[in-house]
Order: sequence, then structure tokens, then C-alpha cells
Amino acid sequence: MASTDIANVGEAQRTRGQSMSGKKRTRRGWLDRYSALLVGVVLVGAWQILVPLSGLSEFVLPTPLAIGKRIVSDASLLMAHTYVTLLEVVFGFAIGVLMGVPLALFIFYSKAFERAIYPILVGLQTVPKISLAPILVLYLGYGWAPKIVLAFLISFFPIVISTVVGLQSLDKNLVNLVRSMGANEWQTFFKLRLPAALPNIFGGFKVAVSLAVIGAVIGEYVAAERGLGYLQLQANSQFDTTLNFATVVTISALGVILYFIIDVIEARVSYKRDAGK
Amino acid sequence: MNVPIRSTGAAVEISRLSKVYETRENDEVVAIEKVDLRFEPGTFVAVVGPSGCGKSTMLSLLAGLTSASTGDIAIDGDVIRKPHPKIGVVFQSDLLLYWRTVLDNVLLPIEIKKLDLARFRLRAEELLAQVGLEGFGNKYPSELSGGMRQRVAICRALIQEPGLLLMDEPFGALDALTREQMIMDMQAMWLRVQNTVVFITHGIDEAVFLADRVLVMSPRPGRIDLDLKIDMPRPRQWSAIHENKEFHGYVRQIRDIFEARGVLVAH
Repeated sequence: MASTDIANVGEAQRTRGQSMSGKKRTRRGWLDRYSALLVGVVLVGAWQILVPLSGLSEFVLPTPLAIGKRIVSDASLLMAHTYVTLLEVVFGFAIGVLMGVPLALFIFYSKAFERAIYPILVGLQTVPKISLAPILVLYLGYGWAPKIVLAFLISFFPIVISTVVGLQSLDKNLVNLVRSMGANEWQTFFKLRLPAALPNIFGGFKVAVSLAVIGAVIGEYVAAERGLGYLQLQANSQFDTTLNFATVVTISALGVILYFIIDVIEARVSYKRDAGK
Repeated sequence: MNVPIRSTGAAVEISRLSKVYETRENDEVVAIEKVDLRFEPGTFVAVVGPSGCGKSTMLSLLAGLTSASTGDIAIDGDVIRKPHPKIGVVFQSDLLLYWRTVLDNVLLPIEIKKLDLARFRLRAEELLAQVGLEGFGNKYPSELSGGMRQRVAICRALIQEPGLLLMDEPFGALDALTREQMIMDMQAMWLRVQNTVVFITHGIDEAVFLADRVLVMSPRPGRIDLDLKIDMPRPRQWSAIHENKEFHGYVRQIRDIFEARGVLVAH
């Protein structure tokens, strides 16, 4: 029952998304649509031209072209380390979702639970997770575990908070409406509360996945034998600035790709309130 | 277009009904005090009163969304403890689910009651056509105007052929012109269905225009100050209503009560 309802929502989003983008294309100009891309190209172009003109050596600041070439030539090396980091991020984030969403449900449904847990959660959020990295390494060693735990810890909070806020921000009258139709709490949740909270929940997921990348890389900085963070430290110690930058680009790309994967999933299951405006 | 949909109106029996709220400071606020009422099947009852007179509480009690402090309400003889299956509710805001199409919004009660969706889909389309929304079934609420959205909400309440239709200031959020149109459409719609309606409103004119019976509620504690039978033939013409002596007589009686209670003050 729940799954069909969510599938319907996705259907709506898709058909609607198509008609909307069609309208936009005619209304907005080419320049308007690609303005961000254009600014990006100009900035990178300026970097490319200004580096040789300023007389900076490649060791200090490599050109974008050099970085690009290095990414291509060292693709297999970068991919091997990306794979490690990616798994850490995915596991950490997945645990964050699997624990964060149920915890948010407990906080939402139980006032006692909310009073007992919510303040502690907010208090813990003031602890910079990154500062736990050395301790986690101490406890969990050099392998996967501390990175996954760090990615989990850092992505957990935004998932819990956005889910709780999404559930709590529902108009009480809507609950009265479905109750007047004879809905039980199960139906109220799947027909009303969950679909209404999805935009918030996915907003939290997007923030969380970007943070999870940071968590995993920081974990690798502290102690690792593999992963993009490790690779970057290696490049650093060998004064290989080009590889260093190539790693930064790869880490960024990883974050962006994960963000868009969540965006695509959201488009399939959720429906934005403002899509038609 | 004019397929009559006959649903037998429900009888409503309210006896010794009181509702007392407790505030944070442990004060007691009496929202409704010892109300006794009986609505005959198929009557259009309008309830008017100032803000905070307990008329929304009354609706919430009738809908089975809040429980009474004392006394009870029976719909067709069943004393209600939770929302009765024979009711449909229209609230002040349309409360459409933005992720559902118009048709799926209208069918929501059917889905929740796990009834045959295929059978009711036709009826939903019929209802939408009757309120001038033919072909809007696949649109989304965000594509509709305020008046259209409230029409959809009314269709949603009517889909299950409710014996008792509860309306809580349904036109309160609409602009004046849309409201006039909705009042006329409401009459046409009700003449086809002729179920029991409890229509809560601030508007004295719309109450008199639409109702068989107008109940005037006093400010706290909520009691029935005046029980006015409106004896005007139907269909009534909104455009002609302002020249209608009978109409003015009824409106005058209600205003007099409000003035006596200090709800309306003449200068």
C-alpha cells in the first residue's frame, strides 16, 4: 500500500517535470540557463592563462589542464582509491539512514523519548565529529571501521533533524482530515505524514551524503593505507602538487555524483510543492 | 450534468453536550455548555456565531475528532466515539494533498476506507463535472485557483455520499466574488444531494441564504441563543436576495441577537 502511493508520487513528478522543463526552455534564454557553467569556464580559463603568466612553478600551482591530464593518466590509481573511499561513504551514510530515520520516528511519536533524547542529540552535535577521528583510530585501528563510523556520525545528525522537522511541520488540520475519513495511524503515516515529509527528508540526505564524504576523507587523513585521503597525503609528502589537486577534484566529483544520485532518487519518489511555480 | 445523486440524510441527535477545555494554567474553559439539538434527516443547518463561541468545537465533536466532556452525539442512532463512516468534512482551507492529482485527492476517502476505487472513479469524475471541473482530474492542486481547490475539497467530502456533511467556514478563505459563486453552487449541489448539512460560518447572509435552520451561538460558554427556521422557497436567487424582505427579516433577527450580546456594536 505504501509503496504504491509513493510510486504514484514519483509518476506525478516525472510527467510534470517533463512538461515544466519544456516550458522553461522556451521562456528562458540560452545565456540564462548556462550562466553558472559559463562563469565556471571563465574562472578555470583564467586560472589556466594566469598561472604561466605569473611565473608560478607547476609544483606550487599546476594548471587545470595539467590536473586534467594527470587525472586521465593516473585514472586507474585514482579509481582504486576512489572505490575505497566510496564504500566507506556509502556504508557510513547507509548506517546513518538506517539508524537516523527510525530514531526520528521514535522522537516524533514519543514525547517522553523526545524529551530524553533530543537535547542530548543537539548537545552532541556541538562536538566536532572530526576531532573524534584520532580516538576512533585508536579504538578501531587502521582499516575501514573508523572511516565508516566517522562518515556515519557526521551524516547521522542532519538525517535525524530533517526527518523530525519534516514530520513535525505537517498541518494539524490535514491529520484531522484523514482521521475524519476513518484513517488509522498506519494509513495516516503512509498516505500523509511520509509523503509530506519526503522533501525535508531528502534535503537532509543531500546534506548528509556530502558530509559523509568529508567524514571518510578526514578518517583517511588520520590513519589509512588506502583511499583518496591517503592518496592525497602521499602526494603531499612527495611534493606532487598535481596529483594532490587531482585528488581534490576526484573527492569533489565523488560528492557531487552522490548528491545527484540522491537527487534522482528523490525525483522518483517525492514531489516538490513548488514544482509548478 | 444533472444526474441526481440521492443520499439519504442522517439524523443527528445531540443531548446534554458539553465540552470543557483545560488550559495550561489549569483553568477550565467551557467551550460548549449543555446543548440539546436534533437535526432531521436532509436538513441544511447553518451555525453562526462570533469567533471563539465554540462553533468549531461543535463541528469537531460532530466529526468525532474530539470527545465530549459530558453528553453525547448520535448519528442515525449510533453514539459516536470516533469519526462516523457516514460523515464528510470540508474545512476552511482546502487541505488538498499537493502530491496527488485532483482525482486522487477526491478518491482519498475511498482509498482509506479500502472501497472499490474503479467504481468510485466514475463518480469522482461526475462530481468534478458538476462543479465545473470537468477534465481537471489529472491536474495538480497547485495548478488550480483557490475557488477551484475548495470545489475539489467539497467533491472529496461528497464522494462517499455522506449522510452528514460538516462544513467549517468553507468559504472563509475565498475572495468575495468567488465566495458568492460558491454559495450559489453550494445550493445547487445540495439540492441534488439533499443530505443533512451542518454549515459553520461567520457570514449571516450565506447562513440565511443556504439554510433551512440557522442556529445562533452565544460567546463563551457556547449555547444556542436562537434557533431560527428559514422558510423561503428554493432555489433561492442570490442576486435577488438583497431586495427580498423575508431575507432581510431573518438577517435582522440574527443581527439583533449579536447586538444584544455586544458582538456587533452600533455607533
